[in-house]
Amino acid sequence: MPRTDPDPATLLQQALAGDVRSRARLFSLIENGGAAAQAALSALAPLAGRACVVGITGPPGAGKSTLIGRLAGEIRRRGQTVAILAVDPSSPLTGGAVLGDRIRMQELHGDSGAYVRSLSTRGAVGGLARAVGDMVVVADALGYDVVLVETVGAGQDEADIDGVTPTVVLVEVPHLGDDVQAIKAGILELADILVVNKADRGGADQAVAILRAMLSLGHRHEPWHPPIVKTAATTGEGVPKLLEAIRDHQTYLQQDGRLAAWRTGRVRTQLLTAFRDRILAQALARVSAEQLEALVDDVASRQISLDQAVDRLLKRD
Amino acid sequence: MTELSAKKIRVLVAKPGLDGHDRGAKIVARALRDAGMEVIYTGLRQTPEMIVEAALQEDVDVVGLSVLSGAHLTLVPKVTNLLHQRGADDVLVLVGGIIPDQDAPALRTAGVAGIFGPGTSTGDIVQFIREQVGATAAAKPGRAAD
Repeated sequence: MPRTDPDPATLLQQALAGDVRSRARLFSLIENGGAAAQAALSALAPLAGRACVVGITGPPGAGKSTLIGRLAGEIRRRGQTVAILAVDPSSPLTGGAVLGDRIRMQELHGDSGAYVRSLSTRGAVGGLARAVGDMVVVADALGYDVVLVETVGAGQDEADIDGVTPTVVLVEVPHLGDDVQAIKAGILELADILVVNKADRGGADQAVAILRAMLSLGHRHEPWHPPIVKTAATTGEGVPKLLEAIRDHQTYLQQDGRLAAWRTGRVRTQLLTAFRDRILAQALARVSAEQLEALVDDVASRQISLDQAVDRLLKRD
Repeated sequence: MTELSAKKIRVLVAKPGLDGHDRGAKIVARALRDAGMEVIYTGLRQTPEMIVEAALQEDVDVVGLSVLSGAHLTLVPKVTNLLHQRGADDVLVLVGGIIPDQDAPALRTAGVAGIFGPGTSTGDIVQFIREQVGATAAAKPGRAAD
């Protein structure tokens, strides 16, 4: 039987009524982009703004997925609903991806109050998929109390998460590096909460000490002092404490217009990104694959420079 | 016209039942990835309910089931029945693993679109999915305008 999607308006209605498949298709619509996606977003945006949105980032293998599964379980036990957007990398060669984050979230299966969606980066760099910001808005509008966003294995420069979620949790593990790693610039500066996961394996106290020393060196321009929470995701130890830290940070954001300020900054970035994407799409639509390949060949064989190739692309009408 | 991004074929690869042999499933997952698809891999020991819930939440075009335990005549129809109950008949269901020839008709009656036994080239699976899903995607209203 051929697959048939309902029209966007019906899809929206069924998704808001709670139908899982319609919700999933709505997320696909948003993920694939285009005019219908933008129309759906415009309709949903006024409904958003109530969810607690949290980003979880950290190096590959730190236990992000397992920790998110535990965290979601704890959120469910407290009677709240949760949506998880888990991003894994796509192949730079083929665009394909194996998305394996669900494996670590088995605790949530069969629970209608928990929704898990796996995304690939589809070639985006920065630790997230291009559409993830919009998908957060959708999850928020659909009424999930908490939205958890898992980045690809990241940790140094993949700081996009800061523009998508107002609370950023950085998951580290013991024995990752010395104190010089900890003072390098990057995502450590952006983290609102630091987690030392796999705390049952030893070396956790030392990792906490290194992170604490790093934090004391910094000059944060805001009164929030990132707490450091020790967890063992495999047993669930420390997870309630992490949830408390997240709550504390959300409360902090509610004060003195901080969340509004964060949103303004996010909208500015989104506007520029959307502007750039639109211009790029319009410009690319005027370029045929043959023209592009011809220019690629010319640059590759050093007949023209990259700048000259761009000039030629821009001059085409 | 050069496009920035395109829709990807999404495939759930799952192992229902209790056998612990996931090498075949992983090889297929990897091959589909290399063919540019997005593969959601759910790992071992999945119940039909877990598989169908994941398939719906992930909005996949294809569910690939790997069964080596001999329980395919029990597990596979459970998955297709649940998909039917949830209004997801249009999800393509494929089965791989040890499936005796005489069981194939029963699986096809249950709604399985393709059966791929030992010795199948991964290229054949990729081609089968592209043909089947490509046909349904082309028939989908609104896609062509994107």
